[in-house]
Amino acid sequence: MNGRHAPPPRDHDRLIGRLVLAVCASAAFGFALVPLYDTLCRVAGLNGKTFSRGGLVADGGAPLDRVDRSRLVTVEFTGTVMPGLPWEMRPLKNSVELHPGEMQQIAFLVRNTADHAVVGQAVPSVTPGQAAQYFHKIECFCFNQQTLGPGEAREMPLMFIVKPELDGDVRTITLSYAFFQAPSATARKDGRT
Amino acid sequence: MNTATTTANGHAPHGEHHPAGLLRWLTTTNHKDIGTMYLTFALVMFFVGGAMILAVRAELFQPGMQLMQPEFFNQLIGVHALVMIFAALMPAATGFANWQIPLMIGAPDMALPRLNNWGFWLLPPAALLLTMPFVLALFGIGDGAIATGWTFYAPLSVQGGIGVDFAIFAVHILGISSILGSINIIVTIFNMRAPGMTMMKLPLFCWGWLITAFLLIATIPVLAGAVTMLLTDRHFGTHFFTAAGGGDPILFQHLFWFFGHPEVYILLLPVWGLMPHVLATFSRKPVYGYKAQVYGFVAIGILSVVVWAHHFFTAGLPVPALLYFMYSTMSISLPLAVLFFCWIATMWRGAMSFETPMLFATGFIVLFGIAGLTGLVLADVAADAQYHHSYFVVAHFHYALFAGGIMGVMTGVYYWLPKWTGRMYSETLGKWHFWLTVLSFNLTFMPQFFLGLAGMPRRIPDYALQFAEFNAISTVGAFILGISQLLFAWNIVQCVCGRGAPAESRAWEGAEGLEWELSSPPPHHSWEIQPRVK
Repeated sequence: MNGRHAPPPRDHDRLIGRLVLAVCASAAFGFALVPLYDTLCRVAGLNGKTFSRGGLVADGGAPLDRVDRSRLVTVEFTGTVMPGLPWEMRPLKNSVELHPGEMQQIAFLVRNTADHAVVGQAVPSVTPGQAAQYFHKIECFCFNQQTLGPGEAREMPLMFIVKPELDGDVRTITLSYAFFQAPSATARKDGRT
Repeated sequence: MNTATTTANGHAPHGEHHPAGLLRWLTTTNHKDIGTMYLTFALVMFFVGGAMILAVRAELFQPGMQLMQPEFFNQLIGVHALVMIFAALMPAATGFANWQIPLMIGAPDMALPRLNNWGFWLLPPAALLLTMPFVLALFGIGDGAIATGWTFYAPLSVQGGIGVDFAIFAVHILGISSILGSINIIVTIFNMRAPGMTMMKLPLFCWGWLITAFLLIATIPVLAGAVTMLLTDRHFGTHFFTAAGGGDPILFQHLFWFFGHPEVYILLLPVWGLMPHVLATFSRKPVYGYKAQVYGFVAIGILSVVVWAHHFFTAGLPVPALLYFMYSTMSISLPLAVLFFCWIATMWRGAMSFETPMLFATGFIVLFGIAGLTGLVLADVAADAQYHHSYFVVAHFHYALFAGGIMGVMTGVYYWLPKWTGRMYSETLGKWHFWLTVLSFNLTFMPQFFLGLAGMPRRIPDYALQFAEFNAISTVGAFILGISQLLFAWNIVQCVCGRGAPAESRAWEGAEGLEWELSSPPPHHSWEIQPRVK
């Protein structure tokens, strides 16, 4: 140093190190947002995602004897086949009326119009979003990928309960399925359906 | 090369031995040279992005499809935005920083001169990557540039052609360049200030850039992460954003706008920083409310990273989230109102004169005010349900980013051009440029507010007949606006070529600050002996 520059370069190095660390931290934060977002959706029931599934056990699932007979909720069904999947789908019933806590079974008729076997994956979404966390699926074709042979048609069942804790303002729930062509074998099996 | 690096380390006596010609510009580590390159690059890309949108406006002159296929239209609007944001406005602001920050804080150069050189030279390849798919398509390779709009929304971007991959890599490179620039600016401001210049004596322009640099460091990596996830979704079988594999397209919007909203303030803070200097100079008064403006910058910087979801109110967010994002968004208008107040108070009872920089500064205040007020309308969840994705949004953000961003940059260019080139630009041409710009800008975008209110959606190449008149007016305005910018370029070229009256050290009568103590143009190496600030 010949003294013309007031701060010695050492100062620079420490500050640069901190700033590079900050860059890495915000990159890590960006990736951490992915699981964070999932957790938020799960905890707060955001975004119409239905996470509640499986058998009726004591882990927060509604006990069967707690049927709220004081009110009726309409559940509507709709399905969309996404581009790239040569299938047709429709619910056998467009809607059902039920008491919260009551178990219901319905089915979608799904048909493969292609002349070869195709694997599909259904992704559910519940509207209004705040009803999603009270929509409990016991059995659903969306839990797994579905394979349909050439021209095969199948009734795909869905068994569910609307939990009695559902907000009284919600009188109609719409369950919508989007059927996608199943992604390749590397599909994440993290049970997000 | 050898000369350049030793100069960077401060050991070479002077930079008179720098290589000549192209090699000088490739290897330079001088902040003034690099600033000039940034500004030149920005000006060129400003015209490239402008030409793209003039093609779009020409298509929208009449209903129906006349000039281009819808796919090409989609490519033009997306690349226009990416070019204007990443290749014009951001490099222009970085060019200002390179030229001005060392001059204003009394530093001999930027803290990391070689990094500085690299930061600039990353830009041209990135711009090339962004626009190359247009050319490749002419040779039958791929189907053109990115056609998703600048926001890369999944699942459209997952399905898009090679243009998306090009844009992803361009964003990666542009992001690295911005982060290098930010680190450099922060280190320069923290470590290289002249003795006696405390943080609360730091010129406001440097304060604005300091906050911008921190925002870039906080948000660019998130964008880089998001587009990387997009890349792996497209090619490597991951499912971050593909619903069939358990991903969520809405997640992309969160990640993108976590970067995207602070980006607005990244573009605007340097302009807000330079505005008080110009207003004070031409009002011949000290800056009003220095501390209030500093705290305003900091407050806006912090708020800007917690409001992102107002960009997709209609995506189906739960009500509590809607309310939170609405109120937090609206709360940004409070520190912004403080800035507006300070700008006006700086002019209050001043001995004002209206040279071109002052015209642009006052025009900026009025038009950017319109951007702020219409932004409040869009921040309202109930109103946004109607205005979302309409031309109202297009008009709003052009009032923010053209009148607020680009006219702000023009303010700075006219203000500092005499300092940089040592020549006074033509005041007559400057005034013509201002009035043509401000009138044609309003002619272009004011009708778009009404188009949006009437329900015309954005990003659609055709429209219903009832929108025809306002679209025709808007197109005429856009062409006048575009052509007027040639005056700007001409005026700059004249100064650079050494025509025009020589500028004094203190080019403007009321100008305050260290940069005006140096000659115009300043010597290649300035402040080798740092000034002492009282």
